[in-house]
Amino acid sequence: MRILLDNFSKSFGATKVIENMNLEVAHGEMLALLGPSGCGKSTTLFAVCGIHRPTGGRILFGDRDVTDLPSQARNVGVVFQSYALYPHMTVAENIGFPLKVKGMAPTETRKEVDRIAGLVQIGNLMGRRPSELSGGQQQRVALARALIRKPDVLLLDEPLANLDAKLRLEMRSEIRRIQQETGITAILVTHDQVEAMSMCDRIAIMKEGEIVQIATPAQMYNDPRTAFVASFLGNPPITFLHGVASKGAFSIPGSEIAVPLPVSVNAGEGARLLLGVRPEHYSPAGDVRVTGTVNFAETQGRENLYDVRLAGGPLLRSIQPARHDIKIGDEVSWAIDSRNVLVFDEDGRRL
Amino acid sequence: MAEKSQPSANYRTWPVILALTIVSLPLVLMYIYLFIDTITDKQPASLIPDSITFRHWSFLWQTPPGKPNIWLVTLNTLIFTASTTSVVLLVSSMAGYVLSRLNVPARGFFLAGVMVLHAFPSVTLIIAIFIVLQMVGLYNSLIGVILVKAAIDLPLGIWLMKGFYDVVPWEIEMAGVVDGASRFRVWRSLVLPQVRPAIMALALFSFLSGWGEFILPQVLAPSGRVQVLSVYLAGLIADDNNFNFGTFKAVGVFYVIPVLLLYGFFHKHLMNIYGGGSKG
Repeated sequence: MRILLDNFSKSFGATKVIENMNLEVAHGEMLALLGPSGCGKSTTLFAVCGIHRPTGGRILFGDRDVTDLPSQARNVGVVFQSYALYPHMTVAENIGFPLKVKGMAPTETRKEVDRIAGLVQIGNLMGRRPSELSGGQQQRVALARALIRKPDVLLLDEPLANLDAKLRLEMRSEIRRIQQETGITAILVTHDQVEAMSMCDRIAIMKEGEIVQIATPAQMYNDPRTAFVASFLGNPPITFLHGVASKGAFSIPGSEIAVPLPVSVNAGEGARLLLGVRPEHYSPAGDVRVTGTVNFAETQGRENLYDVRLAGGPLLRSIQPARHDIKIGDEVSWAIDSRNVLVFDEDGRRL
Repeated sequence: MAEKSQPSANYRTWPVILALTIVSLPLVLMYIYLFIDTITDKQPASLIPDSITFRHWSFLWQTPPGKPNIWLVTLNTLIFTASTTSVVLLVSSMAGYVLSRLNVPARGFFLAGVMVLHAFPSVTLIIAIFIVLQMVGLYNSLIGVILVKAAIDLPLGIWLMKGFYDVVPWEIEMAGVVDGASRFRVWRSLVLPQVRPAIMALALFSFLSGWGEFILPQVLAPSGRVQVLSVYLAGLIADDNNFNFGTFKAVGVFYVIPVLLLYGFFHKHLMNIYGGGSKG
């Protein structure tokens, strides 16, 4: 079902968390709300499920205005960060609770519970209590409980934050699989860009209560609207150089670095600029040579990560296929790929 | 608690146990001697009993003149205690939840009020309560003294339950609401089970407090038909005409047996009040 936030605002007392936000999630789409903590993404989520009442604007499920409906009447499924399983109930009772509340007959409930347990693959755990489950299993139970009512929308609040790295990888694809199998509209709240990029159709990146940009993961990575978006996506993160526009190129005063600006960039002579260079675009293969000293090196197995300090202090990061000839302290002369740089103005707006 | 894995002690436990035993030995010995005393006779001025007798316990099967039947008194005590416990449990478990979770008007005022009432010694109120009960016609009735006792025990109960509700995670309630349950249902079937240890502890605490209550029934319901055990016991020692110390001791033992049994079975739950955690 389509979800629409129309001029949605929320404040707690005098603190305005979100002002006039517009967001549309298409039917069957999985959207990530991505942002640093305190940016209002969880507030948005809780408003959609009805735990927070909006202070202004409307929330629509399909064509139905649910702004003033209490949670109970909204038909949403939520997976909480802590899973919020009911500790005194078994797995089967946990999953069946929403149906029991609805007044469904026990035999039918049982059938539904078994079906959904099969979907999330926990059929063998039905008699256990939450405290007897591992993190990943609790996650699956929470997911099953959220899905059993066939909700209009599935809301996931940092669902992977409490899992260890390996499980996180597994549950990432698992949640995506279940979302696609059920065709349910889903909103994922996360501060982890990898989760957002790998699981979702589109990402809405938020900062201080505002959506900075909504786009597909690839679009957002290649074409960020602001320096904030560019710095949030990508691992290892992008590095920025401060400089000025001079004769159609980005240059750092007092050094010889001159990176030709893409033709699309229209910057006046002497304008202060921010040049974003992703680690994969600073390597021996680029076209603008930049010399510096390696001051940090990290082996990641398949790839190596280097931090290179340029003369005068600025830092560039480089990721390259594993090699063994570079040590900390070595002077290197690698090159920036000028076709792939991202140019921003002083305030971080993309040019 | 005790059967969970214990940390390996890095000191010996037997000296501690020995010390505690020595300290508590006088108490235990007194109890044993008290019990032996009730089933034996001895010469005046002697400490050693010389014959076994059950005449001190005869109050169980024959009612002494001028005294109410012991079983009636025991029943009264049981009704009194069970009723106050039920009222305290019912009201505290709901009021504690409201004060902990719901955004009610004047919540701060109620919290402060409960605290102040908790600090109020009930004895200072007793004259006023006496007059009130007389006016509403509940003087010398079990209901009256039950209501008063429950009211006086409530602040502690509410405060205690609020503390336990405070540590129940909000997410459980949010999940319940999202799952379609009404707020009452959330409280009843999701939150209440999380504070079961507190309910157990409070039930026990109220029961013991009610069972041991003396001053309220003595002042507010002293007459024979509604007497409770503590008042009965006090009546025995205050009776100058047929003073019988043997019976007094036997009634004392009779009175304390249920308390000892409860302590024996449930002392772990009672510790929860002081532990304050939600773990059972």
